[in-house]
Amino acid sequence: MKLLRELLFPLVAVAAAFVVGGIVVLLIGDDPIYTYKLLIGSALSWPDGIGRTLFYATPLIFTGLAVAVAFRCGLLNIGAEGQLYVAAFATAWVSIKLGGTVVDVFGTPVNYSWASLPAVLLVPLAILTAIVVGGAWGAIAGYLKAYFGAHEVITTIMLNFIAVALVSYFTQYHYKVPGDPILQTAPIGAAAHIPRLSAFIPGLPESIPLNVAFILALLACALVYVFLWRTKWGYEIRATGANPTAAEYGGISIRKQIVLAMAVSGGLAGMVGVNEVLGYHHRYYDSFSENYGFTGIAVALLGRNHPVGIIFSALLFGMLQRGAIPVDAFTEHVSKDLVQVLQAIVILFVAAEAAFRGSFGRFGLLKRSKV
Amino acid sequence: MNEIFKLSLIFSTIRLSTPLLLAALGGLYSERAGVINIALEGLMLAGAFTAAAVTHYAGNPWIGLLAGILAGMAVASIHAVACIRYKADQVVSGTAINILMIGVPALLSGAFFLSSGSTPQIPKDNLIPWTPVVIAFLLVPLTWYVLYRTPFGLRLRAVGENPGAADAAGVSVNGMRYAAVLLSGALAGIGGAYLSIGQSSLFTRNMTSGRGFIALAALIFGKWRPVQTMLACLLFGFTEAISIQLQGVKVGGEEIPNQFIQIIPYVLTIVVLAGFIGQARAPRALGMPYQKER
Repeated sequence: MKLLRELLFPLVAVAAAFVVGGIVVLLIGDDPIYTYKLLIGSALSWPDGIGRTLFYATPLIFTGLAVAVAFRCGLLNIGAEGQLYVAAFATAWVSIKLGGTVVDVFGTPVNYSWASLPAVLLVPLAILTAIVVGGAWGAIAGYLKAYFGAHEVITTIMLNFIAVALVSYFTQYHYKVPGDPILQTAPIGAAAHIPRLSAFIPGLPESIPLNVAFILALLACALVYVFLWRTKWGYEIRATGANPTAAEYGGISIRKQIVLAMAVSGGLAGMVGVNEVLGYHHRYYDSFSENYGFTGIAVALLGRNHPVGIIFSALLFGMLQRGAIPVDAFTEHVSKDLVQVLQAIVILFVAAEAAFRGSFGRFGLLKRSKV
Repeated sequence: MNEIFKLSLIFSTIRLSTPLLLAALGGLYSERAGVINIALEGLMLAGAFTAAAVTHYAGNPWIGLLAGILAGMAVASIHAVACIRYKADQVVSGTAINILMIGVPALLSGAFFLSSGSTPQIPKDNLIPWTPVVIAFLLVPLTWYVLYRTPFGLRLRAVGENPGAADAAGVSVNGMRYAAVLLSGALAGIGGAYLSIGQSSLFTRNMTSGRGFIALAALIFGKWRPVQTMLACLLFGFTEAISIQLQGVKVGGEEIPNQFIQIIPYVLTIVVLAGFIGQARAPRALGMPYQKER
């Protein structure tokens, strides 16, 4: 019964978004039924639709988890976007520096590296780098909040812009192949590539970029569940989120929990870099993120800030992103931007619903701080 | 460094500060009344798109400007209803508005202009390059006067600082908040309209490119006060002007990376917010929905 109640509102929110979206489609002169058939049908076709839906869902699982962990501590991390950018760049940097000789965009072999590590060492190292750097970037906002009272919403917004500017600076001035017209780094060493799932799943063509990062995303869901509900740290984070005053009386240092939650959150967001750099582009590609950090907010809210819910809502948003491509091409007027509208409406409905239940305790920390 | 260089720098500082100032003053009304407005970016986009589209059809920038204002208010009303009536988390609602306003203009321009996110060019005669600048800077003393010298301003501030007391004194807390959020939509709408039919001559996809957030930064940097906020906007406009002027300029054979100038507003805001330079104190009831006691 409780589960049913938990499920009811997300479903209502999604249904409402589709209804409002349908009206929008109708107003701009297309057939909503046809549009949705196109959207959902193409996203669920095997192997291309499902393969790419899962690929698009991968970063959203990570950012959804990132937002959820912060939420559980009463923090709103809208900085996943910046965290995933610095992490993606860092993981590319490690994979370039320790990846050996590569062939650049012009087909010439180049060597920017210090060493050439084997895959068994390089891949774990690159993944660890993504987590640590993303986590550190998240922890900055946590630290500023915990020790200086600077509201995490504003600092993470600012840190997003700073992150984007910094990585674009390093890409443009230091790690671009000279003469390359695209703002991207040199390719990473082949040892750092993680395999595509097409290597393991019969019938899945190699052109589908779905890769091992998807498995890591599912693993991350399990780990986040264990962390939040089965460890002392997770308990303290949730206690801080539920009632910071009570948590403090209970002997929990809420400052430490804030920094820890933001670090874990940033580390999860950083894993997006693994999917993009090690699994897909095989280089850092400037402004690759399709608003994954912000969509993560929708994913977390719709998934009730629970790992299982997040898998489902990430799949839904991944589906929308995949289905938007044919909608763009095969309807008269509707463009892929319909997806943004659907996303926004889902967020609005879910956000307003949180208040219906009086669950503002979750935002207890928002009240205590300065902005 | 000659005279012309300096003069053009001043002009471009003023022009680049204008959209920031309009949006920041909008945010000021909303936040002083206790409603967080990170939707400024989206509100600006609403104003920018509508102003350009309507000016294209009507052939008159004033009708376009008016339409931009109304569009800003319409989108702000979504934020207002979500935050005030339904007590949604204000940051989450603002984020939703920002995502919505990336999608809606692109969707509409696809439908109306068969383009992927931009409106047709508007002839030069139909642009308003200076009026919004004048409006923006006149609004600073006006906002100061309204905020500190009128009953409306007193109520607005009371609602943002201590809604309970304001309510007890007979002020309609939610009514004031609706008014404030709508006002912020109108001002951010002008700011957006200035981008599309003042500074340039068409709407392009995501043309605000973060200005709504810089406006928010200026508001915090200016400690939620009109004059200080204006100075912050001028400072941030100046950094943007400098970064444009320095593009391609080499100092000692080295190009100055644009990115380092671009991040100045963001770094300064964090520094101020963390209390390294003075104290930035937000309105006390900022972010809290008001629940009447029974």
